[in-house]
Amino acid sequence: MDFVDYYKVLGVDKNASQDDIKKAYRKLARKHHPDLNPNNKEAHKLFQQINEANEVLSDPEKRKKYDEYGKEWKHAEQFEKAKQSSSHQHFGGTERQGFSGDFEGGEFSDFFESLFGNMGRGRKSTQSKFRGQDYQAELQLNLSDAYTTHQQTLTIDGKNVRITIPAGIENGQKIKLKGYGAPGVNGGPNGDLFITFNIINNTKFRRDMNDLYTSVDIDLYTAVLGGEITIDTLNGKVKLKVNPETQNGTKIRLKGKGFPVYKNEGHFGDLFVTYNIKTPTHLSQKEKDLFTELSRLRTK
Amino acid sequence: MQSENLIPLKNFCLSHELKFSFIETLQHYGLVEVTNVEHISFIHDSELPKLEQLVRLYRDLDINFEGMEVITNLLRQMEEMHDEIIRLKNKLAAYENG
Repeated sequence: MDFVDYYKVLGVDKNASQDDIKKAYRKLARKHHPDLNPNNKEAHKLFQQINEANEVLSDPEKRKKYDEYGKEWKHAEQFEKAKQSSSHQHFGGTERQGFSGDFEGGEFSDFFESLFGNMGRGRKSTQSKFRGQDYQAELQLNLSDAYTTHQQTLTIDGKNVRITIPAGIENGQKIKLKGYGAPGVNGGPNGDLFITFNIINNTKFRRDMNDLYTSVDIDLYTAVLGGEITIDTLNGKVKLKVNPETQNGTKIRLKGKGFPVYKNEGHFGDLFVTYNIKTPTHLSQKEKDLFTELSRLRTK
Repeated sequence: MQSENLIPLKNFCLSHELKFSFIETLQHYGLVEVTNVEHISFIHDSELPKLEQLVRLYRDLDINFEGMEVITNLLRQMEEMHDEIIRLKNKLAAYENG
């Protein structure tokens, strides 16, 4: 635990007036308030420091104690006890309104707790109920797993939570778990947990919303003469009829063979298949002769 | 709409030590949606995080109603841009992976 220089945190000097402190605090709070910096943990941390610095420096009694014992915080309690027994003075937390500070329960540093203990939290008693902060989390999921509705168990704050992930969930999509955020302040309700899905493509398909795209190689003879091929989909293999004289890059659509539509059971996007025609290599002399003959037939 | 999803505004104001006129002004600026059922005003529980955020902006930062409106709009735009970035990243990744 380190000494915290509250004057430095607020950017004011040791002789700063209450008005200077208030102004510095307001300015920094407007910059780093968590409501204005969603998902910014650094701003959140800074805000807590600013809040704590203001808690001390804006209260004349706490400021006095901080100025007196700040650097000797490790012995503050002993000093205080000695002082109380000699003069029977009482150091009480004056109740005042400050930041509602529901961000992680208006946390204070160990330094603050050590110097002021529970008395430093005088303002808490005047606080109204606040809902806990929302948590943000990210969950990685394979594309093949996102194809079916399934359940997954997550550990949140040491508790196992079983969630159902509906088929067709999009990369970057958020789902809300009500009440799984930070605990409420002063009896307020818990915040929510927002899970953002990060879907990793572990398949050979490209996904665009509910449609899937893939390419398959077909040999020259099937492309020229037509035939039947078997291709993979996310739902098993399907047979495809290839038309005679199929051109390279031909794209065909398999209706309903794409990705499931989110929360719309039984509905699927389409699968688009692009044909890559593979030209034969390592031709034998006989094949070369036959291709030459075919070529002559074409140029006649 | 189910009744258990509605929170009486009177309770909210009492618990947050707010005057009802505060909520009325927020409603006037289109910042919260109030539901009236049999002459009683409620907010839907999905509006609660937004309403509490507005209370914090008002109390913690001395932001007036016009300021809250601007901040709310800018935060919404930020969120939309954040979602758009994710969508574009996905598309880019899809093209990069072939």
